[in-house]
Amino acid sequence: MSDIKTGIGRYITKKDVKRSGLMALWFMFLTFPIMVVKVNTVTDTVEWRWINMFIVGIFSFILTHVWKLMIDRREGRIAAADNTGETTEKLSWRERLDEKPALKRTASLIFLALAALFPIVTGMYQTSIMITALLYVVLALGLNIIVGLGGLLVLGYIVFYGVGAYTYALLNYHFGLNFWLALPLGGLFAMILGILIAIPVLRLRGDYLAIVTLAFGEIFRIVMENWNGLSFGPSGIANIPRPALFGLDFSIQQSTTLTYYVILAFVVITIFVVRRLEDSRLGRSWVAMREDEIAGEAMGIDMWKTKLAAFALSTFWAGVAGVIFAGKTTFINPASFTMWESILVLCMVVLGGMGSIPGVISGALIITLLPEYLRAFSELRMLIFGAVLVLVMVFKPDGMIPAIRQKYEFKGISGNKKKGDK
Amino acid sequence: MNSTYFIELFLGGLTRGSIYALIALGYTMVYGIIQLINFAHGEIYMIGAFTALIVSGALAFTGLAPIVIFLIAAVVAIVYSASYGVTMEKIAYKPLRTAPRLSALISAIGMSMFLQNYVLLAQTSDFQPFPELIPDLAFLKPIENIMNTTQFIILVTTAIVMVLFTLLIRYTKIGKAMRATAQDKIMAQLVGINVNKVIMFTFLIGSSTAAIGGILISSHVGQINFYIGFIAGIKAFVAAVLGGIGSIPGAVLGSFVLGLTESFGTGYISSDYEDVFAFAFLIIILIFRPSGLLGKSTKKKV
Repeated sequence: MSDIKTGIGRYITKKDVKRSGLMALWFMFLTFPIMVVKVNTVTDTVEWRWINMFIVGIFSFILTHVWKLMIDRREGRIAAADNTGETTEKLSWRERLDEKPALKRTASLIFLALAALFPIVTGMYQTSIMITALLYVVLALGLNIIVGLGGLLVLGYIVFYGVGAYTYALLNYHFGLNFWLALPLGGLFAMILGILIAIPVLRLRGDYLAIVTLAFGEIFRIVMENWNGLSFGPSGIANIPRPALFGLDFSIQQSTTLTYYVILAFVVITIFVVRRLEDSRLGRSWVAMREDEIAGEAMGIDMWKTKLAAFALSTFWAGVAGVIFAGKTTFINPASFTMWESILVLCMVVLGGMGSIPGVISGALIITLLPEYLRAFSELRMLIFGAVLVLVMVFKPDGMIPAIRQKYEFKGISGNKKKGDK
Repeated sequence: MNSTYFIELFLGGLTRGSIYALIALGYTMVYGIIQLINFAHGEIYMIGAFTALIVSGALAFTGLAPIVIFLIAAVVAIVYSASYGVTMEKIAYKPLRTAPRLSALISAIGMSMFLQNYVLLAQTSDFQPFPELIPDLAFLKPIENIMNTTQFIILVTTAIVMVLFTLLIRYTKIGKAMRATAQDKIMAQLVGINVNKVIMFTFLIGSSTAAIGGILISSHVGQINFYIGFIAGIKAFVAAVLGGIGSIPGAVLGSFVLGLTESFGTGYISSDYEDVFAFAFLIIILIFRPSGLLGKSTKKKV
């Protein structure tokens, strides 16, 4: 890439205009039947909406231009990095932040304080949305252990969330178990199921593992939908008590706030645990497994145990989150645990940046809050959401906040810091 | 347990299997070449069905014979599906060739959501009745209760597509290039194969067969909506994995096995658990044959 032009000259050249024009024509052709023609097969009438064609044309003309500029910029940057073997590029803000642990600590504390004040400042509606978002943060951090650190693709993660929720709902229904006891039990049951599922399937590799976990997820949902004796089928279980303290009667508002603090505490614990795990012997074996299983085995890592540990630890969080979910909504049915939810959690992990805790958290927050606050565009929101997924991946393939690899380097002589490989 | 019922279920299974096979081909080919689970493939199938519906609706006034309308609609739908497939590849997958594999997967999921909602917004969320355009074949009259015309056409078309497809892969230059690219992309480039073109062609072919599946199943079932692609896509993906993903005969075999399992499972045991049979069967097969029925067991290399 030697012909990278700089300045305004490259923004509009004749060639670009021609290209965008052609692209616009192509998109007008492409969207013609679906955007323009609308057939009503019952009354046999055809509606022609020519105006849509012009809209598509204009939009795609502009968008192809922007697209080309962005792609050029991306490739230009890559090319620049290739040419000058020693990049003098400035460090990313995260790497700079890593240099100053005190600043980092203060920043985290400020974040935590803001999060703690959230239910006091805002109303119950906002708190309730935030609880859902934080539930997904816990889920995403849990899945991140398997996918981000361990490199195993799992598409049925929501099962374990469902197991947690059903554990609380059913034990409460039959034995009157309270929320606080259900919390560890839900995690435990999810973990046991995780291990049971993992044992037969762990010898599968890559996408085979993905599809088998997806299959387990679907089987769980369908069984829950049809086995009325156990799960009350699609009508679900209602009147699950909200969490309360010391046997007091809590109003909805109070228990929502309580739930918020419970989930916030769990987010903090999860972050702490995952953070500690990352640098532990186990965490390093996970990374080794992700990078190269065989090399890892050659270094004396027991892959079997490592994989099993990833499954067990990861599913535990999902189970706990499930119990909190049941306590929050007071009603669960199989429709909450579809494959789509698993895919969404996976999106959070990858969109944020696999293996990076701040990345996964922001991924989860964005994916849960974006559709919520896009309600203004009610109809368009899922369309925008899909487009955002594609765009983020195209322009930031490693996620929004990619993980920084721990590295030790010699920085004596030149004093120049090199940018890491990620 | 009479034999007519058995044959009925068997043919029903074959019909389902044929449709899965038409979609699974695209999955497995794309996977074989760029190792991407193309989640949006089911959406291409849905767009094929919708285009056919729209074209046949728009042509209804011309007074052409239904079968002619059907053929025109089918051709237009195939062209459009192929165009969508190729455009999708250019936008969402090509920039991600060197990126981590999961990023491409998420991009595919995003594309799938985008296309679903695009059809939902531009058309409708309701089920649309699909016009009956295929005239009943006279010679099928005696066995009408076992096998109707659309089923017959589905089976025959699938068989023809499979044969053409095998010929394409085996004996043409582009087929050879596709096999080479699937084996080793860099080596293929070294011997002068334009890998980008091959990938584009793969999407083109895969999308066309998906469109054929879409048109056929819509005329069989009689109604479509924007969501049909997702479920069918997942099923076809399961079929492709069952047969060993990346292997074309595997995808076909997997599809038929899946179709028959579902058909017999629902017919003899319970219709509530239709999908459970498919998935449970998949799990059992994969536990005993970790790379699918016909998949090559990949040797671990250091």
